[in-house]
Amino acid sequence: MALRGASTGQLARSLRAAWGQQQSRALVTQSLPDLPYDYSELEPVICAEIMELHHKKHHQTYVTALNATAEKFAEADYKGDIATMIALQSALKFNRGGHVNHSIFWTNLVPPKDFEPPSGELLKAIESNFGSLDNMISIFSPKTAAVQGSGWGWLGYSKDSGKLVLETTANQDPLSTKGLVPLLGVDVWEHAYYLQYKNVRPEYLKNIWKIVNWKNVAERLEAAK
Amino acid sequence: MGTALAGQKLQFRSSVPCRCTRARTVFTRAELTLKPLPYSEDALEPHISRDTLNVHWGKHHRTYVTNLNNQIKDKPMANKTLNELIVEAWNSGSPTPEFNNAGQVFNHDFYWESMCPNGGGEPTGELKAAIERDFGSFDEFKTQFKAAGATQFGSGWAWLVAEGGKLKVTKTPNAENPLTNPAQTPLLTMDVWEHAYYLDVQNRRPDYISTFVDKLINWDKVAERFAEAK
Repeated sequence: MALRGASTGQLARSLRAAWGQQQSRALVTQSLPDLPYDYSELEPVICAEIMELHHKKHHQTYVTALNATAEKFAEADYKGDIATMIALQSALKFNRGGHVNHSIFWTNLVPPKDFEPPSGELLKAIESNFGSLDNMISIFSPKTAAVQGSGWGWLGYSKDSGKLVLETTANQDPLSTKGLVPLLGVDVWEHAYYLQYKNVRPEYLKNIWKIVNWKNVAERLEAAK
Repeated sequence: MGTALAGQKLQFRSSVPCRCTRARTVFTRAELTLKPLPYSEDALEPHISRDTLNVHWGKHHRTYVTNLNNQIKDKPMANKTLNELIVEAWNSGSPTPEFNNAGQVFNHDFYWESMCPNGGGEPTGELKAAIERDFGSFDEFKTQFKAAGATQFGSGWAWLVAEGGKLKVTKTPNAENPLTNPAQTPLLTMDVWEHAYYLDVQNRRPDYISTFVDKLINWDKVAERFAEAK
């Protein structure tokens, strides 16, 4: 077969065909996860109207856009159209990040009636890294309130150091961009709190601690170690 | 502001191209004040609600002014104009903490004045000719401007600017604006931070954008800025 002058992609496909191998990669379609509670169950901390918009509209939009972008990316990849692949990368990051971040966020929250403070290994880790839960919150909240524009506040785990780290990310950048495993994320895009708290982001951040699902955070920490 | 400035020497700086909407005279200032809206809080209804203007101007914009004053008081920065503050705080791309507040004070001043009751429609005269020349048509300008607002991921602003004698559409994140680019002069801006539209249309940013373009743009003001920029 004429391999001279073939592009790398053509070469690879020719070789695979020659060896009788077929390579196919199924495009995985993402979907909106269900919430583990009803829209109204996080009241009075987050009202039902916010929860419904946040889940059904905002998160759904990330999923829909992500699927559309991923399909375009796969097509460009197949054609070897690297210019399009590069042009799509920011949309991929934004929409995949949005999907990942919100999927984590929903599991990080629990109705106030089911709230339990952290315990066991998680509590030990919090105390060893921050002195106390209160101290951790006293750093987390102002740091997250200070995010410029849209973004997230995070409690993350560093696989390298074994430490718990407080971080923030801009827009929908996932925490993995900071080299950390996300344990707890708090959305501070205005859509997460505006209808109820308006510009008073610190009030939202004060109240969110009443609905953090520490069991879920503990599970994530265990899985990360 | 009167008594604080009695006896102060007012300087007219003709060498400084004044892009902001404040007076051209430059003077030592004790602190910035929140510029009043150019219209009443309900003047843009039904397109933008009174509630939105009440919170957007009365709380968000006011907080940027207050926070900036706190940051600059007793510092040499307190003696600069807002535009000078913005350029200085931008610090060639490594912005200092004052930048976010200073940028947002300017951006919001510029935004309120980019809108008016019974706005929208089409520009006329030289501005219209320039738009048709540089975009091909007014429709194409609208398409590009709306797309800039819709694709600004996260918080930010869409702009019409003059650059090198040509008009173009740009977008900026968070508090950034064309003042930090010496080649550009801002002519029109649209706020696409969620707080600009969330009370009115929630997640439907494209609806807000269409309403802004079709019903709110103060083309007379844009034309004034365009004439000044030439």
